[in-house]
Amino acid sequence: MNFGRLRPLHTNAVIFAFGGNVLIATSFYVVQRTCRARLAGGLWPWFVFWGFQLVIVLAGTGYLLGVTQGREYAELPWYTDIWLTVVWVTYLLVFLGTLWKRQEKHIYVANWFYLAFIVTIAMLHLVNNMAIPVSFSGWFSYSLFSGVQDALTQWWYGHNAVGFFLTAGFLGIMYYFIPKQADRPVYSYRLSIIHFWALIFLYIWAGPHHLHYTALPQWAQTLGMTFSLMLWMPSWGGMINGLMTLSGAWDKLRTDPVLRMLVVSVAFYGMSTFEGPVMSIRAVNSLSHYTDWTIGHVHSGALGWVAFVSFGALYCLTMWLWKKRQVSHALVEWHFWLSTLGIVLYITSMWVAGIMQGLMWRAYNEFGFLEYSFVESVEAMHPYYLIRALGGVLFLVGALIMAYNLWRTATGKDPAVERASDVPAQAVAAE
Amino acid sequence: MTYEQASHFAQTWGLGLLTVGFAIAVAYALWPSNREKFNSAAHAPLNDGDDDGR
Repeated sequence: MNFGRLRPLHTNAVIFAFGGNVLIATSFYVVQRTCRARLAGGLWPWFVFWGFQLVIVLAGTGYLLGVTQGREYAELPWYTDIWLTVVWVTYLLVFLGTLWKRQEKHIYVANWFYLAFIVTIAMLHLVNNMAIPVSFSGWFSYSLFSGVQDALTQWWYGHNAVGFFLTAGFLGIMYYFIPKQADRPVYSYRLSIIHFWALIFLYIWAGPHHLHYTALPQWAQTLGMTFSLMLWMPSWGGMINGLMTLSGAWDKLRTDPVLRMLVVSVAFYGMSTFEGPVMSIRAVNSLSHYTDWTIGHVHSGALGWVAFVSFGALYCLTMWLWKKRQVSHALVEWHFWLSTLGIVLYITSMWVAGIMQGLMWRAYNEFGFLEYSFVESVEAMHPYYLIRALGGVLFLVGALIMAYNLWRTATGKDPAVERASDVPAQAVAAE
Repeated sequence: MTYEQASHFAQTWGLGLLTVGFAIAVAYALWPSNREKFNSAAHAPLNDGDDDGR
């Protein structure tokens, strides 16, 4: 057991196990609601659910045993890749079939984002995992690509996993759950369409910014950087659209902690999509790359945007599916503030640690020798790692409070979370 | 197809196709006669049934 085996377990558990299940669950809910149609395919949606859980189990157990093809966020061995392809194509067909059956003429924008997520992930998965197994009885395989083409293919995949899994899919959540919970229409539907297409046209080119100062040709690095900078526009357009959907309902931020969680997630979306393009600039990247600044950036996106928008959606879904008036607001308040504090501690400590680390690595003395050894930079980061650990613990405690709250809401007989359908009857009885 | 042919296509026809494609998407979003449809679509999450417990 070592860091090299645990790290992919962490990233895959968060991105694919948590994020993937949230996306499958919310996409199946949203597409049925906005199309006024039941899921297509009879029992096939169950196949998608259980098939995906099998992928996760195979992935998690394999990584701990050292079964990996060594491609970041695509560590799955070839046979799990094939199984995931079967599951994912079924997911696509179920989603498309439901859109086909729809009773509404227009396909609501959240479904566009979900569909872009499903289609693009299929494409990325197929191309990046092209490989020849060494044998049919073993897990080892060789990639079809080599050298810098291999690196570029991997980061074309890797960055678009961020762009289409962790962004487009969760924007689908934003465009349904925020208007619904705020009881306000989307601020600008036209902006949402431009947001969508601009994101689609720009994101796919941003991958090369992971390969600054490598063997990748300079023009390709500059292309990746330029498209990353252009992504500011759709990202902030989308953030403004999400936030301004609260026009006329701003007071609900004070009284509805679930809505506040959703809205703060959009603020974090804006913050991390501002930071990302900055870090893609070659000169900035020369300082930030390989340091904990990257770790801080990833977590402001993963904890602040992806997790918070998911938490908001989970609270909403629990209320709506179990037909409860509300989840415990006191517990949501605890979750919200503990987790927000946790994120702030986490990302600020990683900014300081990362920039310090980068500056220490590049410091020269008067004779032209490196000023610090690597281990000195590790030692200097010790206090920031403690702050980071505290932030992570606070975030985890918040998530555990949520899990308890969701369970209590779904199963409990608490009068504060009673069935909404009971309310009129009781009101009549009390009179 | 050689590298030169691929990059030549990307820098001419590819660039043109993507620019035109994006222009069509923006025109679709801003086209005046679509205004009505989009205004009602903006309300879609609010009109998808009242049996959600609220």
